[in-house]
Amino acid sequence: MSAVGPAIGQVAVLVGALAVAVPLLGRHLAHVYTSPKHLAVERASYRVLRVDPDADQHWRTYSMSVLGFSLVGVLALYAIGRLQEHLPLSLGFAALPADGAWNTAVSFVTNTNWQWYSGESTVGHLMQMSGLTVQNFVSAAVGMAVAAAFARGLARNLAGGRVGNFWADLVRTVLRVLLPIALVAAVVLVLLGVVQNLLEPQVVHTLTGGTQSITGGPVASQEAIKELGTNGGGFYNANSAHPFENPKPFTDLFEVFLLLVIPFSMAWAFGIIVGDKRQGGAIMAVMALLWGGAVALLTWAEMAAPGTAPQLAGGAMEGKEVRFGEAASALFASSTTGTSTGAVNAMHDSLTAPGGGVAMFNMMLGEIAPGGVGSGLYGMLMLAILTVFLAGLMVGRTPEYLGKKIGQREIWLVGSYILATPVLVLVGIAVAITAADGLAGLQEAGPHGLSEALYAVTSASNNNGSAFGGLTSGTPFWNTLLGLCMLFGRFLPMVLVIALAGRFAAAHHLPPSAGTLPTHQPLFVALLTGVALVVVGLTFVPVLVLGPIAESLS
Amino acid sequence: MKDIYSLFRFSLAGLRVLVAMTLVLGIAYPLVVLGVAKVVAPWQANGSLVTATGAHTTDPDRAVGSAIIGQVSDDDALFYNRPSAAGEGYDPLNTYGSNWGPEAPELIQAIRQRQAEIAEREDVPVRQIPPDAVTASASGLDPDISVAYADLQVPRVARANGLTEDEVRRLVDDATTGRTWGILGEPHVNVLRLNIAVQQAADAA
Repeated sequence: MSAVGPAIGQVAVLVGALAVAVPLLGRHLAHVYTSPKHLAVERASYRVLRVDPDADQHWRTYSMSVLGFSLVGVLALYAIGRLQEHLPLSLGFAALPADGAWNTAVSFVTNTNWQWYSGESTVGHLMQMSGLTVQNFVSAAVGMAVAAAFARGLARNLAGGRVGNFWADLVRTVLRVLLPIALVAAVVLVLLGVVQNLLEPQVVHTLTGGTQSITGGPVASQEAIKELGTNGGGFYNANSAHPFENPKPFTDLFEVFLLLVIPFSMAWAFGIIVGDKRQGGAIMAVMALLWGGAVALLTWAEMAAPGTAPQLAGGAMEGKEVRFGEAASALFASSTTGTSTGAVNAMHDSLTAPGGGVAMFNMMLGEIAPGGVGSGLYGMLMLAILTVFLAGLMVGRTPEYLGKKIGQREIWLVGSYILATPVLVLVGIAVAITAADGLAGLQEAGPHGLSEALYAVTSASNNNGSAFGGLTSGTPFWNTLLGLCMLFGRFLPMVLVIALAGRFAAAHHLPPSAGTLPTHQPLFVALLTGVALVVVGLTFVPVLVLGPIAESLS
Repeated sequence: MKDIYSLFRFSLAGLRVLVAMTLVLGIAYPLVVLGVAKVVAPWQANGSLVTATGAHTTDPDRAVGSAIIGQVSDDDALFYNRPSAAGEGYDPLNTYGSNWGPEAPELIQAIRQRQAEIAEREDVPVRQIPPDAVTASASGLDPDISVAYADLQVPRVARANGLTEDEVRRLVDDATTGRTWGILGEPHVNVLRLNIAVQQAADAA
């Protein structure tokens, strides 16, 4: 039903809005992460909380702060889940089971927002607000803080491994960036129909004589940060397909804008922090190229509607909403998997085979197109370092990136980073499809069944959180497995990034020489794009062949 | 050992920060949005409820549904909406799509069966039936149908209510929202709004 003209038009509007917002927000972010001054409210809270915001932390201290903060986040959210029935506004819902509470706690602290449960029948208003919404903010802020630390590490010269202060990064990100934007966005969403109340389901008598329970909840406040922080956990099971989360074509585009704006702005801020805007531009160009490619492919797949069921029905509308249609659903799907969001406005399990394959490939890229807030930037920079290393090998010179030498230790850290998530994905899928408890969760047999399992471990390990919903994942087996994938998929790479930031911060700044590969030119953009695609291709082609590719060809 | 000690120390600091963040982000922020919503958009914030005459209300006892949530519509005198995988159909306590993949035999069979039912009900050939009429939506609460599916149902609804086809077609137009700015989303017909208008027109006739 979608037409080509409007499909291109809505992407153009989105790109135009981003082109205005990204430089402004990017400049603001750079200031937030480099300014020595604290706001009065920040100074007061540091005093009350007894943290020193001016201590320039060594990378080990910074990592321990990240891990300590995240650890209490997991414990607190686990406790809220287990105690839910005793909390106010619980709507009469029972406590979460142990494996479910573990999965959800890890899921929201790692910015994944994988959901084994159905929001409207499992989680009360207080846990939504004070448990899940809070982690939507702070898990995003943690990712951005680590990316800022990495950028500062590259910018510094002989700084003895010191990369900044985690607490100041965290508090500033929340107070100066996320909270103000989320407040405005939440009000815009309410005006357009997103609900915001603390009501129990309201029973109405319908036109044809039946009854219907109209659900409520503090949805707008959560919806805003869910997109802005690339979290993605829906208030309701149907996520951003639910009319109360996403009522109009305009709210849909607005939500896509929110989930893309910070990841792109972080690249812009990076250029400013390292003192060369062109470097940020190059990184942004690669993100935009990969995102644009995914949007084009996925939109083509959904509009062409290959496959037996779509051909029979006359269009790929299974699992899609009429107000969005194929094109807006494809735009959302490629943006949510290119960032680490995982919100959906269409059911990914019912995407066409090539469409679902693109969504999966997007996550396998490590979510760098443009990636999660913070994690997208540092993920892309890791690949950039790999790229200069490979280029250095080709011409036989010592590789360097932004004046920092890439030696054996550095490339060891980068290599481990790049291998961490694929190992989790491939070990995870192997465990899942050899265990009877794993197979029990699949809705379909054959290649599509493998895709359901592969999508789940890919989504969890890359902290995306979207799902092929046919998988019944609320079992102890899947909750435990995916919880582990999310935990290691978040913090293993993160610690490696902070360690590398520390090494860079301690190192000399070398002046560029004739042998330095310029990292702001189209040649580098092309090389980096190629490296990103080749790395994923080599790692994942075998399993993709067994899943979505086999399904496409059948 | 030193690392474990520092992890513990930073966890305590983290706990203090988390408590403060919970007060600000988990209590104050949603309540501020709630307060603003109560002032600027109380109707929307409470779920966009409408009465049998289409008037806005915040009282569920007077409401027939939400203007933006689809509801079961299986009356031959009214417009049908899309198949729904939410519970027994259009259940807001159980929102979801079917999640059947494009080659799932269950989905293929369901589409065939729906096509046969609609072809018989509306007395049209199968190739005229648009895709949204035979597929389940993502939320299971889709409030809309395509313009093509509404057009298909006009003759039946007109006959059942003693209205002319032109009259009903005008009601369809009134309930139709085009693409935003001509480019965003797809043209869609709000089924509840349309059915309320049909009932009012039938009562007046």
